[in-house]
Amino acid sequence: MTFEWIQIPYALLTIFIVLNYGLLMTALIAKIAARVGRRHGIPIWQNYADLVKNYGLRSSITHGVMFYMGPVFRLTGGVGLLLFVPTIYGSVMFSNLSFAGDLILALYFVFFGTLGMALGAAESGHPYSAIGITRGLSQVTMAELPLALAVFAVALHYQTLSITEIVAAQQGGFLNWTLFTNPLAVAAAMLAFLGSMMRPPFDVVLAPQEIPIGPPTEYHSSYLALMQTNRVLFPIAKIVVYMNLFFGGATSWPEFFIKVFLIYMVSVLVGVVFPRFRVEQSIRWFMIWAVPIGILAIVLA
Amino acid sequence: MKPELQPRRVTGPDGQEFEVDPLRDYYCEAPPAVHPPAYLKIIEDLFNWARAESIWILGFGTGCGAIEMRPLMTPRFDAYRYGIQWRPTPRQANLFVISGYLSVKTLKRVIRSYEQMQNPKYVVGLGSCTINGGMYWDSYNTIKRLDDYLPVDVYIAGCMPRPESLLHGFMELKRIIRAGQAEGANDYARNFAWYKDNQKRVIHDWDMPDYNW
Repeated sequence: MTFEWIQIPYALLTIFIVLNYGLLMTALIAKIAARVGRRHGIPIWQNYADLVKNYGLRSSITHGVMFYMGPVFRLTGGVGLLLFVPTIYGSVMFSNLSFAGDLILALYFVFFGTLGMALGAAESGHPYSAIGITRGLSQVTMAELPLALAVFAVALHYQTLSITEIVAAQQGGFLNWTLFTNPLAVAAAMLAFLGSMMRPPFDVVLAPQEIPIGPPTEYHSSYLALMQTNRVLFPIAKIVVYMNLFFGGATSWPEFFIKVFLIYMVSVLVGVVFPRFRVEQSIRWFMIWAVPIGILAIVLA
Repeated sequence: MKPELQPRRVTGPDGQEFEVDPLRDYYCEAPPAVHPPAYLKIIEDLFNWARAESIWILGFGTGCGAIEMRPLMTPRFDAYRYGIQWRPTPRQANLFVISGYLSVKTLKRVIRSYEQMQNPKYVVGLGSCTINGGMYWDSYNTIKRLDDYLPVDVYIAGCMPRPESLLHGFMELKRIIRAGQAEGANDYARNFAWYKDNQKRVIHDWDMPDYNW
């Protein structure tokens, strides 16, 4: 891949579109979840108000350098993941910085923010943060295992580590999607997806009703606003990876919006039906249901 | 002062000895600062709109009035449609609802939580007890006027006020915020000595620094 300066405004445009889409879609999903509980739910612009308010708070305190860096790392994870995979397949504008070995890098970025968060929250010195981090890392590590197995199965299947080539191989009708050509890998990855979306039943880490409220206990004002920005960017970036690997990618923005929304809804539908797992229960659940499917996918590939 | 708050020498698990002064190590002793509105009027107006539309309440029920907040979270009254949410940590909260009577013991925790909240922050006094003591007017261990100890933005009268009047109070608070008049945090910083004086008059076992973030 050769680097062109025009890619920088293109990348910024991608982030801008995805950020706004994420703010609106997250609010819409909160509304859907509220309707399940027979409430009206938040207004559709609520996320904008929250974000502006947190950026506009007048005072903030710090606990040290890593406390600053935690949210920055987190946002880097989200933006990095978004920029290193092709957002729109076949578009020069929105392929961003994707290159030949980006699949491995994407896997790394999925984990990167969590690690940065662990360092930052640990420096805040709050015992609830430490407990939240312990829970979060164990659960994310466990959920990552079936995803890694599925990704390797897909890489073996298509004999490439480039996401662009994997998308290219799935073009021409939905029967070419990995969903139909390699269903076992997709099943393992979708189970891992449930675990990494921080929605019920796997949201014990961040749920405000549990130990308040996990890793971000001490985060406030702009720090929290950075993390909120990442909270809308990162799930979409992750869904883009899923969409590219398993659901044929997207060739235009409308297709992108619909596919991302539908993939997100999988975790929402599961979340509104099932009650919350404790961490050891969710780890056991992944061990029993998700990992064997992933291993099977690798063995058959 | 409690023994665990005294300065002392501690031996760590690896045999290393070090000094510990809990009041200095675990708390900040810097007094609160006044943060005036810093930007152009149009930007401050935008911020005030966002502050009014996104009110995060600290999940801390001080008295019996806290039970009136539960219906606001559930389908019947659903305060979330007005941008009102509950946060479990004072760092992220903007609004402290003093729900009902406030005993002196709770007042201590309330002050610590209030000081950990970030500027701008608001206080709503819920029920008659926060206005004049209410039915606890002659109690030996509750405070009578909340305004002497924390800067209150809105009072909601009643014993208890119904959730509807709470919602009405929140709407009134929104109006004040949007008009740029909810400067309680700055009032607190400006009249810090007076507030501390009042607080120490009722809290006899004051075993924390004057200001702890």
